[in-house]
Amino acid sequence: MSDALLPLLIATPLLAAILPLLLGLRFDHAGWPVAMATSLTVAGLAGWLAWAVSPASSGSQRFVHDLAGYPAPYGIELVGDGLSAILVVLICVVAVAVLSYARTTGPDSNAFYSGFLLLTGGLLGMALTGDLFNLFVFLEIVGLVSYALIASSDDGRAAYGALKYLFLGTTGASLYLIGVGYAFVATGTLNMGDMATELAAVGYSDPLVQAAFGFILIGFMLKIAIFPLHTWQPDAYTYAPDTVSAFIAALVSTTAAYALIRIAYDVFTVEFFAANPLLTDAVLLIASISIVVGSLLALLQSDLKRVFAYSSVAQFGMILAAIGLQSETALFGAVIHLVGHGLMKATLFMGAGVLASAYGARTVADYAGLAKRAPITSGMMAVAGLALVGIPPSVGTLGKWFIALGAIETGSWGVAAVIFISTLLTLLYIGRLLETLYFTQPATAGGDTDVAGDANGGSIVADGGDTQDSTSSDGVAAIATERIVVVVVLAVSTVALFGAAGLFAELLDPVFGRFFQ
Amino acid sequence: MTDIIGVATTRHAYVLFVLLSAIGLYMMIANENLVKKIIGLNMFQTGIFLFFVTSAYRIGGSAPIVEDGAGPYVSPLPQVIVLTAIVVGISLTAVGLALTIRLYTEYGTLRADALREVIGDE
Repeated sequence: MSDALLPLLIATPLLAAILPLLLGLRFDHAGWPVAMATSLTVAGLAGWLAWAVSPASSGSQRFVHDLAGYPAPYGIELVGDGLSAILVVLICVVAVAVLSYARTTGPDSNAFYSGFLLLTGGLLGMALTGDLFNLFVFLEIVGLVSYALIASSDDGRAAYGALKYLFLGTTGASLYLIGVGYAFVATGTLNMGDMATELAAVGYSDPLVQAAFGFILIGFMLKIAIFPLHTWQPDAYTYAPDTVSAFIAALVSTTAAYALIRIAYDVFTVEFFAANPLLTDAVLLIASISIVVGSLLALLQSDLKRVFAYSSVAQFGMILAAIGLQSETALFGAVIHLVGHGLMKATLFMGAGVLASAYGARTVADYAGLAKRAPITSGMMAVAGLALVGIPPSVGTLGKWFIALGAIETGSWGVAAVIFISTLLTLLYIGRLLETLYFTQPATAGGDTDVAGDANGGSIVADGGDTQDSTSSDGVAAIATERIVVVVVLAVSTVALFGAAGLFAELLDPVFGRFFQ
Repeated sequence: MTDIIGVATTRHAYVLFVLLSAIGLYMMIANENLVKKIIGLNMFQTGIFLFFVTSAYRIGGSAPIVEDGAGPYVSPLPQVIVLTAIVVGISLTAVGLALTIRLYTEYGTLRADALREVIGDE
């Protein structure tokens, strides 16, 4: 009966999304408990799914559920296998972490928690669907809710960032829809598994099939934010509330990248890439440019959230490169890097959020000497930052290592060199952050122009043991303990996953066995 | 070349699809007025819907109510897809307009270039 898990995973958060608004008519703070209870339930189901598809259980390692009992290819299929299980678990873990973090910071409205649950449901839908048009619907649910959540900040610039995202995101989804339309005209089916066989029958060098893949690729590149289609991303991440930045940066692009992997390898398959070497080269070229330019732009930013946003452009360039390499090793690295990047960015954005609400620090310069006053959060940001560079032992090392190894195995020395250069550039911008955090003296002289808290000599360490007692005088706001705990747990997970390569391999081997027959 | 002319004269719907989508996309990029940008986005999507609906059309096809001996039928699937996509498009328009109203109350302008100047976007 494990296949009933799949619709439950999607339906639970979507249906529960009504509750915060409904209960909000009676209770002012109904949102958080409902969202937390739902997220924990879904996380439990996700754990069950991951166990069920792993070789540890005796059952099948690929679950298929026909919605409403209509068999494929006529009905919509939900598919759970090792690859989607990894994504589902990541989504649930980040959702629970972000919710724990959001308890005190808000945005404290019931509508926010409804949106949060809708977004979780949409992301889970994207991870589990086996139907191309159904994927479009979930893509748009995710998009719509993201726009609304980004705009939930009081800052007017957030609405601007959200509108920009809306234009570009919708264009991306529409281009994807055109691609699906072409593939549908070519094959007459929308089911992923069915389309894979039909496409092979039509022929991979058919112009219609090539155009279909081109549109789908560009649509996803917009959604994933690959240079030069990344322009929505820095504004959206920077102006969104800290909680939302962390959630969206960790999951939305990640799930879109997963969907691209799924379509590229499960629907179009490796033979399509082999039949179209020009297209493969183009993907590798764009990915390489995205890696280098994203890293360079990250280096030039002064606002910390913007640094992290541009860094995402570079990291997703690396994942796109792995998709173009058609190597099992590189794709394995890409999946690990998806998970690792999600956890690292969640840590960094949440850590930045803690420091921003405690000390008003928004730019890299504001971080001068903060490590002395917020040792735990700074330390954890340092850990996640170094993981992003790829310093072992961390999940960032694993992902980059396998992608680079795949590049060398397939003889793509250019991509391997680009990954190496980008690692150096990442080290530069993370190093600049660490240098400011740990070795720069805060500019206390004068004090008037400084950020809140700097002028007060920093007598209160908001980040530490008994934060509940610390007062919010002297411009240093008290930080709830659980926010710091969440940052610590996520940072530790980025290190701990270094030892999890075997676990990933167990889950992914059956899936990649189908991809690379 | 004759191929292109042949397609353009016999496949009117595809020509219209390309024109509508391209005009919509151009309007969204080139027009500085936010409301007109949203109209452009709608046009772009409408072009895509048109493509789906025409792809299902069959000369002499009847509505897909299956009986013995009847047929051929038009494919109902693209029409269902377009219905869903229209709903998605309407929600997007609603969110877009809501954000536009918020920007207007905050900054008093509907022009994207003026907003970029105020916000200091690079």
